[in-house]
Amino acid sequence: MAFKNYILVCGGTACDSGRGVELTEALRREIEAAGIAEDIQIVRTGCLGFCEKGPIVKVLPEGTFYVSVKPEDAQEIVKEHLVKGRVVDRLLYNHKQGKSLVGVEGIDFYQKQFRIVLRNCGVIDPTKIEDYIARDGYKALEKVLFEMKPDQVIDEVLRSGLRGRGGAGFPTGKKWQFAAAQPAGQKYMVCNADEGDPGAYMDRSTLEGDPHSILEAMTIAGYSIGASKGFIYIRAEYPLAIKRLETAIAASHEYGLLGENILGSGFSFDIELRFGAGAFVCGEETALLASIEGERGMPRPRPPFPAVKGLWGRPTVINNVETLANIPVIILKGADWFNKIGTEDSKGTKVFALTGKVKNTGLIEVPMGTTLREIIFDIGGGIKDDRKFKAAQSGGPSGGMIPPQYLDVPIDYGALAKIGSIMGSGGLIVMDETDCIPDIAKFYLDFTVDESCGKCAPCRIGGRKLLNYLGRICEGRGTLEDIENMRKISDAMCRASLCGLGQTASNPVRSSLTYFMDEYLEHINEGKCRAGKCKKLIRYKIDPEKCKGCTLCARNCPVNAISGSVKQPHVIDQSKCIKCGACFDKCKFNAISRG
Amino acid sequence: MSKLTLDSLRKLREEKQRSLALRDSENKDVQVVVGMGTCGIAAGAKDTFGAIVDIIAEKGLTNVLVRQTGCMGLCHSEPTVEVVVPGMPAIIYGKVDVDVARRIVDEHIIGHKLLDNHICDRPAVDIIH
Amino acid sequence: MATMVQLEINGVPVEVPAGTTILNAARLAHIKIPTLCYHPDLKAGASCGLCIVRNGNSPKLLRACCTEVAPGMKITTHDADIVSVRRTVLELILANHPNDCLQCPRSGNCELQTLAADFGLRDNPFPREVAQLPVDRSTPSIVLNPSKCIKCGRCADVCQHMQNVWALEFIGRGEKTLMMPAAGVSLNESPCIKCGQCSAHCPVGAIYENDETAKVWEGLRETSKVPVVQIAPAVRVALGEAFGMQPGELSTGKIYAALRRLGFKKVFDTNFSADVTIMEEGTEFIKRFTSGGKLPLITSCCPAWTDWMEKYAPDFTENFSSAKSPQQMLSALAKSYFAEKENLRPEDIFMVSVMPCTAKKFEISRCEEMSATGCQDTDVVITTRELARMIKSSGIDFISLPEECADELLGHYTGAGTIFGVTGGVMEAALRTAYCLITGEKTPPSIVFECVRGMDGVKEAEIVIGDKTVRIAVAHQMSNVEKVLDSVRQDIAEGRKPRYDFIEVMACRGGCIGGGGQPCGATDEIRAKRTAGLYRDDERCVLRMSHQNPEIQALYKNYLGEPGGEKAEKLLHTHYHRRPVYAK
Repeated sequence: MAFKNYILVCGGTACDSGRGVELTEALRREIEAAGIAEDIQIVRTGCLGFCEKGPIVKVLPEGTFYVSVKPEDAQEIVKEHLVKGRVVDRLLYNHKQGKSLVGVEGIDFYQKQFRIVLRNCGVIDPTKIEDYIARDGYKALEKVLFEMKPDQVIDEVLRSGLRGRGGAGFPTGKKWQFAAAQPAGQKYMVCNADEGDPGAYMDRSTLEGDPHSILEAMTIAGYSIGASKGFIYIRAEYPLAIKRLETAIAASHEYGLLGENILGSGFSFDIELRFGAGAFVCGEETALLASIEGERGMPRPRPPFPAVKGLWGRPTVINNVETLANIPVIILKGADWFNKIGTEDSKGTKVFALTGKVKNTGLIEVPMGTTLREIIFDIGGGIKDDRKFKAAQSGGPSGGMIPPQYLDVPIDYGALAKIGSIMGSGGLIVMDETDCIPDIAKFYLDFTVDESCGKCAPCRIGGRKLLNYLGRICEGRGTLEDIENMRKISDAMCRASLCGLGQTASNPVRSSLTYFMDEYLEHINEGKCRAGKCKKLIRYKIDPEKCKGCTLCARNCPVNAISGSVKQPHVIDQSKCIKCGACFDKCKFNAISRG
Repeated sequence: MSKLTLDSLRKLREEKQRSLALRDSENKDVQVVVGMGTCGIAAGAKDTFGAIVDIIAEKGLTNVLVRQTGCMGLCHSEPTVEVVVPGMPAIIYGKVDVDVARRIVDEHIIGHKLLDNHICDRPAVDIIH
Repeated sequence: MATMVQLEINGVPVEVPAGTTILNAARLAHIKIPTLCYHPDLKAGASCGLCIVRNGNSPKLLRACCTEVAPGMKITTHDADIVSVRRTVLELILANHPNDCLQCPRSGNCELQTLAADFGLRDNPFPREVAQLPVDRSTPSIVLNPSKCIKCGRCADVCQHMQNVWALEFIGRGEKTLMMPAAGVSLNESPCIKCGQCSAHCPVGAIYENDETAKVWEGLRETSKVPVVQIAPAVRVALGEAFGMQPGELSTGKIYAALRRLGFKKVFDTNFSADVTIMEEGTEFIKRFTSGGKLPLITSCCPAWTDWMEKYAPDFTENFSSAKSPQQMLSALAKSYFAEKENLRPEDIFMVSVMPCTAKKFEISRCEEMSATGCQDTDVVITTRELARMIKSSGIDFISLPEECADELLGHYTGAGTIFGVTGGVMEAALRTAYCLITGEKTPPSIVFECVRGMDGVKEAEIVIGDKTVRIAVAHQMSNVEKVLDSVRQDIAEGRKPRYDFIEVMACRGGCIGGGGQPCGATDEIRAKRTAGLYRDDERCVLRMSHQNPEIQALYKNYLGEPGGEKAEKLLHTHYHRRPVYAK
């Protein structure tokens, strides 16, 4: 027989160190004392996030969420909640944003996440169209085809305030409006699924987990702008997403939800897949179009914008996967439901791929306006190994580094731009004190230099020069003049590059020069890398006072750079040292310093 | 399958929703849902899926439906498995390798007890229902 | 009537037709916005990043080359901020460019050098990093030096979209981007037709003609040989540009004089052999036209075009006129007719031709028939650009040179010969003679055939000659040719008589006056002036039909016999064959 209640006690390290073990014991004692041990199971879980508010206790099946629970609270939880069924209000988590959300009244909404885009991911079987249909799938299409005129659909999307999730944040409804306003004739609807940011996989997961939502949204968009043909441009490196899309397209055809005369409405729409070969720049919409046309994937000047002259010169709307995934929900729940979520500047939610030095890496979806602190510390569980937060990079390699002082800025398109970053497609990479800022900037530049299409001079040449300067700085050969030149190049790249790739490629440099100048100066003036990442700048030294002469370091040095006799202080020959850090790790007496 | 009309689509949806509400798909009242996105598969979800199917067959459980889904977003804990047993809260387990899969069948599905140390929090409320 | 758009450029109100770019609108406000990748022949590529301008207070800068004006725009083309961004971009480009202006073939007319001078760049803050890449000298016509390439993309655009050749591509990505043939083949193994339009459009010295002036100097020093030279029609209206003359200004007499001063013993004119071409090709046409031979007849004077046809349209080989190009005719006659007259052996003559064309360098050894006299008929071809350098390096004050005449025997030409240098010219010359030969009349009703003149890519007309109608088409710039061929193919496929009897093709825009060996920087404006120059030369001529040329009459009477006769066939005709598009 099942238990009546389950008490989940967070077993993450933070909760444990916050007397989580003691709490578990206290709960067990109280349950036994209350004589309900038969009915209750106490379970230890993995990290539930919210580590700063730990220990966390969750009571199932009702899902009550208690935070900062101390062992002394065990008695009250058992006596009040488990025995009398009365929730202990003072321990509940109070989340301002959650409370203000529409459409979720009555739910004890402690979660920071709010899933519109990912509504079906992890819920339905993505290979079964019936699963999608059961979750109101294709209901929005029904509504659009039989109850709405194209301009009404566009108006709904406009009023929803939805902005493009691919990076630039252009209002989706406006794009549709431009294309719809073009004279009738062949028009195209393109889904940009060429997700190329390192560390970002929002679109992949959406396509893998809920392919039909994209097909439905594209069909709706096609109906609105007067297109009968759609393309999904997806990178070939996403074989599973491609397979699921192919399965979904075939099923939709079979059910008559794609193809001629959809549901007998008279509207026909079809979708084909086009595969990208992994060039980052092909995520840029004009380069993407060139690639679909079979040309080299290079950006084209805008205007004319694709909505006027796109694929093969015809009006074309290009929307990103995440943007499209919002569409069926906006149609079903209405613009007014959607535009109450988020901030004045940005409506709805945003999916982030949370990676880097954060405990709970993963794919999260939060309302616009959620702060970085909530994302990193509440949802992400904070920094790995409880190190210090240094910066977060939003927008992938094209974004900026956000320093600790902006952890509490509500994130939306405008706010990020103000602090020198971008929303981008939603990669969010967390850095801690062991990350070196110039080194990280170098890492991103290395990516964009490699991915530059080579067409436009500021990006092609400027990127390489920036990368070289960063390389010099990381090797301790940088000068203050280099910093000036980097500023100059960054500015020119940002303002004179043709496409988004070049315009944003210098963002990691620009933002880090603004917020982390001290680290650059340390590298240049003191030859020091505080994170210990820049190998050329590291020196391992043995403190003769602390060294006991145990010889452990000498025995572990792979290049025999350490000498000394037993019980005598040892010395590192700097000319031989390869800075592998083996001695530093092995020393039991903290006699070896890194600096 | 012939092409749907508006009415037949609506009927299909209703039927499907009813059977979901009854938690009774294909006459099986227990569901085990394995996250099979790229991240899950990379972390070993295919082995987990295979093991669950094998163990259920080995135990002769006929009321368990094992199915796949996309990424639940809990990448730090892949592979993830959701277990839905009547009378118990739906639970998401993380880091489910073959051993944990066996324990899920033994302890959760058969023994109706939750497993220690593998439970993940449900990431968000469901806006559809 | 296009709608007009009103905007302000640097505070000056400007009204331009809708669709005008900011770059062109700025000209009306007397402002030149710097560009490096933009070329009026080509669709704006927007790659260099120099033409950036600001609209209003927008922090985002626009590219003037490709942004169309919009009503109410307030454009700033120059201020301290914009100029400083431009300067940085220019410094970046220069930082990756070799610092060898002094040895560069484009020194003095390099667009990058000019900009660097205009911006007053002295010290470059950015370290110079130049990729050392192998130079492609595989073709006899052009040299590709990728180390100097600034990746503006003009050459690839010209090669693909103007010339429909697809030899040059963007290869690689990012900083490894190169403009070269695909799959790592050399230019000579690629579909390249040697037209040299890439070299004429390259803003810097990354693609240039294969310089053979050293060979000419060597030949001129060789006392055992008689140095003989010929100049092509289009040279006389363009060479002067290198000396500050206006495009289109005729400098025929000065060129003859300069060539003699360089040391050539005989100065002949390719215009003479253009007249011969009309005799041979005209006869061939009349024969085919009146006796049901293979039509349409297609002109074959242009070696870039014949190379293209052999690679891309070998189904038309039998339609080609077998008459050699005027260059090859003159060289063959110089080493036979002239040689016999002077009691010289063919190998005693050092035959140089001055051409507006890089493909001509390739033509002289394209097949055995180019050695009709027992040795290679043309020894060296230099382009207009190379001749200009030879004259300059010889200290000849070209502008003040007195005019001289060409040498007799192969030097006199008619107006028909001189218009070979422009699109439609070969056709017009042929029509003048054909009319007379078919009808027996002395002159056609109008000596000028307006219908074949002008810059339209394809010109079509029906010409009534006696009781017959000749249907013609004239195409120039390779991208315009395929549609003409396709329409003929379609006629044949559908069992109709081909819609044309006679087709003239010139590979370069505007014809040879816009050739790949002409002074760099040609635009339609310059082409129009050069064209007008040749038409003036035609009008100036007393004799305007090839068959009237007394030297031609003498040639046939004293040496060749009949046009198309045995001797003419041996010296003046050739054959064409299918060739693979990629040699490798």
